[in-house]
Amino acid sequence: MPDISIKAETIFNIFGFHVTNSYFTSVVVVLLFLGVAIYYHKQITADSKSNLFYFLHFIIQSIYSLFSSVLGDKVVIFFPLVISFFLFILLQNWFGLIPGVGSILLNHVPLMRGGNADLNTTLGLALISVSMIQFYGIKFLGLRLYLKKFFDFSNPINFFVGILEVVSEISKILSFAFRLFGNIFAGEVLLTIIAFLIPILASFPFILMELFVGFVQALVFSMLTAVFINGAIAKHN
Amino acid sequence: MNVDILKTVAVALSIGLGAFGPAIGIGMIGAKAMEALGRNPEAEAAIRTTMILAIAFAEAVAIYALVVSLILKFT
Repeated sequence: MPDISIKAETIFNIFGFHVTNSYFTSVVVVLLFLGVAIYYHKQITADSKSNLFYFLHFIIQSIYSLFSSVLGDKVVIFFPLVISFFLFILLQNWFGLIPGVGSILLNHVPLMRGGNADLNTTLGLALISVSMIQFYGIKFLGLRLYLKKFFDFSNPINFFVGILEVVSEISKILSFAFRLFGNIFAGEVLLTIIAFLIPILASFPFILMELFVGFVQALVFSMLTAVFINGAIAKHN
Repeated sequence: MNVDILKTVAVALSIGLGAFGPAIGIGMIGAKAMEALGRNPEAEAAIRTTMILAIAFAEAVAIYALVVSLILKFT
């Protein structure tokens, strides 16, 4: 049975900065993401477009129509944010399922580990998401009106509702981070344990399930961001 | 009883009891979504999106229990 570590492990140091295996995988995924983005951008202005372009275009368009059902006509403003979350999380989740990730060892430590199987990555994503929600709330409502949601002294009930709102903003960070981390890390543990219980063929349906889970978690993360932004920019009363 | 046995029991209980509530919740969400779909089939897209969101909220509770049990197990 291999060791299962709940935190990402250091593979090497650069000037005292610990480069962990999750970080390494994230960098690879970011470069891949950048490559796809540059390819898409080049193709969109080209005269004859490749089949891959139409495939990417189809994916982006179907996600666009999904988000426009949540965000309405403001989808144009928020789409870059939510599509970045969606595609980045999707690529990271699926990259962790490629054979070799987690099984190639370097000094008894896996060289690669799914980026979202590290709490730091998901916490970072959650912090970006929640701070963008606050940013858009302030931008669309104005600072006064936005803070009135949290600090309302008009009557005692509204005051306590404001306290609850503050708590719910903090718990958003935790629930975003733990939901993504828990799902992806649990998937990795599940795949490892199944592979050691029944070595042949048994992990195949579980890999399919993890592909589905990776997709759903990417969708849930970006969709929740969209819904919370929608709630933050809505005028109360 | 020694500490290791207690720890194993704690791991099993935390995820076992933690999955109990969300399982009921997700079942109820699914059942109500089906009901709504039967009454109003043209609202399928809206129902599906809100159903997935509601399931994600309910499932997050199970994930907290899972994270607790993973931390207990592997640290």
